Amino acid sequence: MKIVVDFDKCKSNAVCMGIAPEIFEVRDDNFLYVLQQEPPESARPLVEQAVRDCPTQAISISE
Amino acid sequence: MRTVAVVGTSLAGLRAMETFRREGYDGRIVAIGGEPHLPYDRPPLSKELLAGLSEPDDIRLRKQGVDDLDVEWMLGTRATALDLGARELTLANDTRIAYDGLVVATGSTPRRLPNQPELDGVFMLRTLDDALALRATLPAGPKVVVIGAGFIGAEVAATCRGRGLDVTVLEALPQPMVRGLGPELGAVIADMHRDHGVDLRTGVGVEAIEGDTRVERVRLADGEVIATDVVVVGVGVVPETPWLEGSGLELENGVVCDETCLAAPGVVAAGDVARFPNRLFDGELMRLEHWTNATEQGVHAARRLLAGDAGTDLVFAPVPFVWSDQYDRKIQTVGVVSGDCDLHVAHGSYSERQFVALFGRNDRIVGALGFNRARQVMQYRRLIADRASWDAALELANA
Repeated sequence: MKIVVDFDKCKSNAVCMGIAPEIFEVRDDNFLYVLQQEPPESARPLVEQAVRDCPTQAISISE
Repeated sequence: MRTVAVVGTSLAGLRAMETFRREGYDGRIVAIGGEPHLPYDRPPLSKELLAGLSEPDDIRLRKQGVDDLDVEWMLGTRATALDLGARELTLANDTRIAYDGLVVATGSTPRRLPNQPELDGVFMLRTLDDALALRATLPAGPKVVVIGAGFIGAEVAATCRGRGLDVTVLEALPQPMVRGLGPELGAVIADMHRDHGVDLRTGVGVEAIEGDTRVERVRLADGEVIATDVVVVGVGVVPETPWLEGSGLELENGVVCDETCLAAPGVVAAGDVARFPNRLFDGELMRLEHWTNATEQGVHAARRLLAGDAGTDLVFAPVPFVWSDQYDRKIQTVGVVSGDCDLHVAHGSYSERQFVALFGRNDRIVGALGFNRARQVMQYRRLIADRASWDAALELANA
């Protein structure tokens, strides 16, 4: 599982960080940093929730 | 279940349909929507789409398409009645649809002003068609009057200022969003709009919107007259429940559900239309009109319906989350924010328009509002979900 973020769409709402702070982090510069580009399979439910809940649909999973 | 009907084809309804399929339901799904469009995203209607930065195609939900969901779409057709006992819906074209499970996700409708006239140039903003009609008037450089300084009114004002238009905002209360946020934060929002050139007038009543066939002026309660080309009315929404009158569902400012989103046997509700007790906030009845809730509750309601009698412990107890983009600011609230809470400001100041305001009640942190502080807001969201104490929140604020 590889996480892909479309940074043209991302508006740093940090919803993903609220769901999976070990994977997504919005820092004080207001940019999103993906801490784990290829998280373990066990994280899939959380990543899928982040994909679904992202207000700008900026996150996707490439297998 | 062999047939699930989903009434309402916006975000909550779509998320429910996706969930049915993801959880392995392989029966029939019938989706009934009053609008002619496949599901699209509403937040951009008052922002990017109105600004001309995105087009209808850009704001489709589910970019990969909807074919894999195997849904029978009945679009441009409203449901007009529900027979709970017979488990049957009636549509505006008199079609009847029998269902085994039902998702009510009909959303909400903009509230009209009393005596609001049918004039060209007077708009409400809820649907894609509303937004395109309003947008089509903007290239001519109209003077715009926005009635109501809630989220929609404030975003329309900010977008229109971004297009260089002359904007007046009329708010009946002493500050924007004063009921939800209290006077202090209302003033911060008011100052921001004034600094961006909005003629914001608070504490003013609208007497009449006047014109011949097109709107020409707005008459205020104090007698003043404001000439205008466009009026946008943004004075809140009402849940779309008239079609359920007499159905036997309990209707009181929405479809009343239990804390699992169940409204009746075989019937769940989700999104703007659903009112439910939120266990995380001592069972306070909530009806949330926001994007994130539509997503979360749509998913939850579908799971609840699939679980049947085994689903009574599937409690929906979210931390509400709202965001609004105005000018160069991202305003976010989490939890319950209300003017009667204890207030503490951290991580910046009002004057920088970069801060987090914490809301406390009964020694608990119950809410937070951030201006350009997404990272911190999400940290407080976690505290709220964990029922953290007010002191624990202050500790994070002072760390």
